[in-house]
Amino acid sequence: MSTSVDFQEAEYATERPLLEIKDLAIGFTTSNGEVNAVRNARLTVMPGETVAIVGESGSGKSTTALAAIGLLPGNGRVAAGQILFDGEDISNASEKRMIELRGNSIGMVPQDPMSNLNPVWKIGDQVRETLKANGLPSGPDDVAKVLSQAGLPDAGSRAKQYPHEFSGGMRQRALIAIGLACQPRLLIADEPTSALDVTVQRQILDHLDKMTTELGTAVLLITHDLGLAAERADQVVVMYRGQVVESGPSLELLQNPQHPYTQRLVASAPSLASRRIQAAKELGVETDDMLAPSETGVVEPAKSDDVLQIQNLRKVFKLRSGLGKSTDFTAVDDVSFSVKRGTTTAIVGESGSGKSTVAQMVLNLLTPTSGKIIFDGVDTSTLNSKEIFAFRRRVQPIFQDPYGSLDPMYNIFRTIEEPLRTHKIGDKASREKKVRELLDQVALPQSTMQRYPNELSGGQRQRVAIARALALDPEVIICDEAVSALDVLVQAQVLNLLAELQSRLGLTYLFITHDLAVVRQIADHVCVMEKGKLVETGSTDDVFESPQQDYTRALLNAIPGAGLMLPPEVEVA
Amino acid sequence: MSTYILKRFLQLIPVFLGATLLVYFLVFSLPGDPIVALFGDKPVNEAVAAKLRAQYHLDQPFWMQYLLYLKSIFTFDLGQDFSGRPIAAVLGEVFPVTARLAIMALIFEAVFGIVFGLIAGLRKGKFFDATVLVASLIVIGIPIFVLGFLLQFTIGVQLGWAKPTVSSAATVQDLILPAIVLGLGSFAYVLRLTRTSVIENMNADYVRTATAKGLSRFQVVRVHILRNSLIPVITFLGADLGALMGGAIVTEGIFNVPGVGNRLYRAVLSGEGPTVVSIVTVLVLIYCLSNLLVDLLYGWLDPRIRYDS
Repeated sequence: MSTSVDFQEAEYATERPLLEIKDLAIGFTTSNGEVNAVRNARLTVMPGETVAIVGESGSGKSTTALAAIGLLPGNGRVAAGQILFDGEDISNASEKRMIELRGNSIGMVPQDPMSNLNPVWKIGDQVRETLKANGLPSGPDDVAKVLSQAGLPDAGSRAKQYPHEFSGGMRQRALIAIGLACQPRLLIADEPTSALDVTVQRQILDHLDKMTTELGTAVLLITHDLGLAAERADQVVVMYRGQVVESGPSLELLQNPQHPYTQRLVASAPSLASRRIQAAKELGVETDDMLAPSETGVVEPAKSDDVLQIQNLRKVFKLRSGLGKSTDFTAVDDVSFSVKRGTTTAIVGESGSGKSTVAQMVLNLLTPTSGKIIFDGVDTSTLNSKEIFAFRRRVQPIFQDPYGSLDPMYNIFRTIEEPLRTHKIGDKASREKKVRELLDQVALPQSTMQRYPNELSGGQRQRVAIARALALDPEVIICDEAVSALDVLVQAQVLNLLAELQSRLGLTYLFITHDLAVVRQIADHVCVMEKGKLVETGSTDDVFESPQQDYTRALLNAIPGAGLMLPPEVEVA
Repeated sequence: MSTYILKRFLQLIPVFLGATLLVYFLVFSLPGDPIVALFGDKPVNEAVAAKLRAQYHLDQPFWMQYLLYLKSIFTFDLGQDFSGRPIAAVLGEVFPVTARLAIMALIFEAVFGIVFGLIAGLRKGKFFDATVLVASLIVIGIPIFVLGFLLQFTIGVQLGWAKPTVSSAATVQDLILPAIVLGLGSFAYVLRLTRTSVIENMNADYVRTATAKGLSRFQVVRVHILRNSLIPVITFLGADLGALMGGAIVTEGIFNVPGVGNRLYRAVLSGEGPTVVSIVTVLVLIYCLSNLLVDLLYGWLDPRIRYDS
């Protein structure tokens, strides 16, 4: 059309990039002055290509992507650099121009399906306004078509429902429908599946792949999971502390990471680690050093009895349904397994499988409807209140959310000391000594004692939670999604810490998680739960190598990175 | 839904009985003999007084008086006030006036409170927002009788923009100034509630998603921010209608409005039990019904709330 375009096309010789970010810097105005969240970011997305930005929380990956669609939060702005969309610099484009581009040229699929749909409008209305705003036909049939293309069954009647009547996976399909409704040339997918169960995650990503391939849409995929990025994207861009540290074709980057951060990321991503272990097993390579250190069986062979026996455990909840009526909901149905002393048993399942309910019953926080929990030879239901108090000392929990499970008004010393005080152990001086020891054990500096939870990072908080659980020298620790909220590198550190503590103190772990990749690294035994029932149980190797049940197989296949050909070991500098 | 509404209506029965009993008892316990007070400074004629007592059942014990009153309600004959007029006619006279006043006040506070609150919320921290916030604090801080006299004097008497007092017809024009005074306090609350709610919703994920769809700013505000922000505001407004009806005593006094508040005040002073109880009972019923309306509105505005299951 214009000479400059011709010139550019001549310059690139082949194809012009759809999105090109050059030396981008993004600043946020805070009460402490301007903070640069992103510096010197560069990336290129060719038409129809999928590019993934990988990084941990706070790395600037989402900020970079949001800048490309002009959706930076109010106090953020592009400080330097260019964002070229199809040759046009949109880094400082007018709001009017951005409104023209959003929807029909650049679409977005956001992260959390629970909060990204307006709860007071029907799904169909929310799709319709997208079509209408971009000048496309928006009758009921058009809306239904868009929804059914995103894989929503029975779209016509589903469109008349509200978001709260949808499951998480269905909501994410609706959001994908909205993002792709106007067939944009670029789709920004910001952690599109991280809030979903693994099997649902896989279905949704497969569908997204299929749709974008058919439409020829380029995708900018934001994720914290390197395995997922490598599996889904042509190019991977790794961001760390606001900067792009490495980028390149996915497989190349994975097999030959150059930057130390990427090397660490490749080494510790659970999805990749579990794949490596699998690959090594198939090649007959010794894999012990790939697993987290665990040698308890050797240290204390005399005590290999069943510390915990669960027999025919059932839990039925009464759900209210109308006036004075109630229906029964069986959350846990006839579950039996046992946990050997000094080992790690993982209970795996998706949300709603009843795994956390089992954990709460073992902790004696919920009363089973029927069945027995036998701890060290004693049925816990027969304990009186004094014996339960003693039982609590021996079985301690670590919960998922390190933000929610520490009292914000207690400093770290008081947090860790509290169980000691509650159980009237030692005097003030000996308790302080114990707290110092515990902080050492979890590798936190002793100066942490005077700080408050909000001054610590997620990983540090989880270490505090571990120290608190260890304060009473328990025998069994129940980890309920204890590492799910942490970034991969922090997750790897915490898992190593747990394994090290196990070998040193002879601890027994009951590990509740939805993440099979993590299970592969740390567990000796696995129990797979589905809809309240135990569907498969066995040693981790057996379950991973020859899963007996379809459900287990589906879960295993859903670990990202399934199709990647990885060398059994990655050189880590 | 219909079961829910039926249930709520059945709940009105105990509320009705409890309210009438309580109010009747309070009026009964007032010190002084209302019949003696009727004679004023003139000597009391015992024969006339006894006849009057019998007419108003004042010679009966408390329970008898109450039951006779209940009977009168269910036979739709509320009796007469002390000046000999049927109470039903008095109610029919005063309630429309106060209802008109309360609804005007409600419209005033809703329209201005929501508009100002929305603009302040969208321009959080800017000049308009700061000004409106300070002004609303001042309005909340000044008692209504001070505000009432102030506006009556400046706008009504000095500037002559509106009538300082209300004629016996109590037309809409007459009621403009009293309605503004009555609505001012709630206006400040509606404004602040809307503002807070708008600010909260502005940062919601679905608002960002809506922007990413390519909607204009106006569409995003109207469809996604405003409706979601109105949920708590509507709740407040509905509950406020009941409060405005019963709470207009001071305003009606200042502007001499011939409404419920004025009549109730006189009835309390002269110890006219049946009149007081009748007025209060109607107020209680209006309060209950406006609350029911709010709950139904709430379910309509927020589809996550359903009363059946």
